[in-house]
Amino acid sequence: MTLNSGTPALKQGLRAWLTSDAPESRFHAQMVQVYAGWQSLCANKLAFIGFMIIVALILVAIFAPLLATHDPSIQDLKATLLPPQTDGHIFGTDDSGRDIWSRVVYGSRITLFIVALVAFTAPVFGLLVGTVSGYLGGWVDTVLMRITDIFLAFPRLVLALAFVSALGAGIENAVLAISLTAWPPYARIARAETLTIRHSDYIAAIQLQGAGRIRIIVGHIWPMCMSSLIVRVTLDMAGIILTAAGLGFLGLGAQPPSPEWGAMISAGRTFIYDHWWIATMPGLAIFIVSLGFNLLGDGLRDILDPKKAES
Amino acid sequence: MSNAVDTATPKRRGFSASLLKRLKSLVTVLFSVLLTLVGLLFITFIIGRVMPIDPVLAIVGERASQEIYDAAYISLGLDKPLFVQFGLFLKQIAQGDFGISNLTARPVSEDIIRVFPATLELASLGTVFGIVFGIPMGVVAAVNEGKWQDQVVRFVGLFGYSMPIFWIGLVGLIIFYGILGWVGGPGRLDIYYEDVIPVVTGLVLIDSLIEGDIDIFWNAFSHIILPASILGYYSLAYISRMTRSFMLEQLSQEYITTARVKGLSEHTVVWRHALGNVMIPLITVIALSYANLLEGSVLTEIIFAWPGLGSYLTTALLSADMNAVIGGTVVVGMIFVGLNLLSDFLYKVVDPRAR
Repeated sequence: MTLNSGTPALKQGLRAWLTSDAPESRFHAQMVQVYAGWQSLCANKLAFIGFMIIVALILVAIFAPLLATHDPSIQDLKATLLPPQTDGHIFGTDDSGRDIWSRVVYGSRITLFIVALVAFTAPVFGLLVGTVSGYLGGWVDTVLMRITDIFLAFPRLVLALAFVSALGAGIENAVLAISLTAWPPYARIARAETLTIRHSDYIAAIQLQGAGRIRIIVGHIWPMCMSSLIVRVTLDMAGIILTAAGLGFLGLGAQPPSPEWGAMISAGRTFIYDHWWIATMPGLAIFIVSLGFNLLGDGLRDILDPKKAES
Repeated sequence: MSNAVDTATPKRRGFSASLLKRLKSLVTVLFSVLLTLVGLLFITFIIGRVMPIDPVLAIVGERASQEIYDAAYISLGLDKPLFVQFGLFLKQIAQGDFGISNLTARPVSEDIIRVFPATLELASLGTVFGIVFGIPMGVVAAVNEGKWQDQVVRFVGLFGYSMPIFWIGLVGLIIFYGILGWVGGPGRLDIYYEDVIPVVTGLVLIDSLIEGDIDIFWNAFSHIILPASILGYYSLAYISRMTRSFMLEQLSQEYITTARVKGLSEHTVVWRHALGNVMIPLITVIALSYANLLEGSVLTEIIFAWPGLGSYLTTALLSADMNAVIGGTVVVGMIFVGLNLLSDFLYKVVDPRAR
């Protein structure tokens, strides 16, 4: 549409275009906003560190075959339980002679897979329930919020455990179970946001134009809920990683040959006093990644939601 | 103020009206709690039905004849419609009957009563740890907002949120038990102290004191200190963060300025006036973190071979012991709801504005 209108300005320098006070198009305005956000992210050191950790995680997951020094699933019974830094095994080997570094590297793919799936399903479901509940009100609101409360009343890990044991162990079921336990807070947030904007003038204007409920909810309420949801999702990511790792640790998540970090810790538990590195390395990986998400989420809250960060 | 000079009649009317209002709100609360509990039971019931285990086979065994199988099928009520089954299930639970555990061959309710004190002991000590360290940390962070103390507290909290509890438990065991030998290993007591003292409360720390056996007390303490401080660290992360933000809110209020103008020492202003008001919302936070510890202890209990509700629940899950799973989940859920209710109640008791 009006995408090209930014091009002449581009010649004067990208920076000037990005910091312009008078955006010429919708796209331009969005870019200016993104750039401002990026700058405040860079200014917040801790958040920037968190951001870099997550970028690193994504890069490691993409380039896993290049970074891994060994095949993560090939056993070498002549080289079991080697301590770190021996024979080219950076993190040593486990009880069946598999290279721990390579397994940790490949494990990042599983973690990213779980995080991405949960981050996509749970907030979308919560958003749907929350906005519908908030916009329609009445008995729909009562019923939906009652259901949300029931799910909130359950302790998360216990509910996830029960779901996985009902569905059967496995990574897909673990993702499903985590999503089923993660959506209620998003529904609450989305509903609260909807209630504050439901009676605003711009919604009334669209209603007068004859827009239907679905169109109002999807096109005009959802975008307004986004920033608070994004902050919440980022802050929740660490919890999701920890829950997934906990399920893996209990043997209910990813199944044995796959190098899931929680399952690796569980396997190393038997050798913990004599061969500390087997359980320690994947644990460090989990810790660093969830710290990254926590740092970023904490910073994002300051950036996107300065008012709430104050109080 | 104006109420005090009012005549007796409107006062009495006001009293009965407020009593009615209170009764009404009590009924609403009770109703909503009841509804939540029924919903909770419904979800557990569905999970139990979806589980890929045949409850009939679990009772009669693989080689039972078709007639025996059918008889058991009917006696379990599985031939009835689902909602009738749910009704029967509700009735059973209302009577405190969770069925027999396949694993221990004892009633699930008895099992839970036996294992629960261990979890309670661990979570309570963890919460005490979290309160004792978390609140002062939050206050210090708020008073020094933006300075290094604030950053340290923030970082300590973020560390707590990021650490996998089962991993830090293992690392703690390696360092403090394996290498340094400062604490006792997994379990509640050393093996030669097991079953020595009579069970009164089920809490080993208290039972040993009742019995007057200091050796056992110290032994139990050396076993509980590591898992309790790890759980406590989580609670600390949460409590210190919330204390900080509540304190910041209070410190910007006008009454704080008034107190300072009056010439009160900064110590009194912060620790008496501001913190006093912060304690009210903190009750909810503490109750929530207590509930979370009861849940979070699932993984900790496994690492430390702690014979509590979490261990019981996971063992039951892994060996597909359905009655035990449902019983455990329901009990944990009820504790959750109960603590939430309790915190609401305490909030109203402490804060006159919320009445």
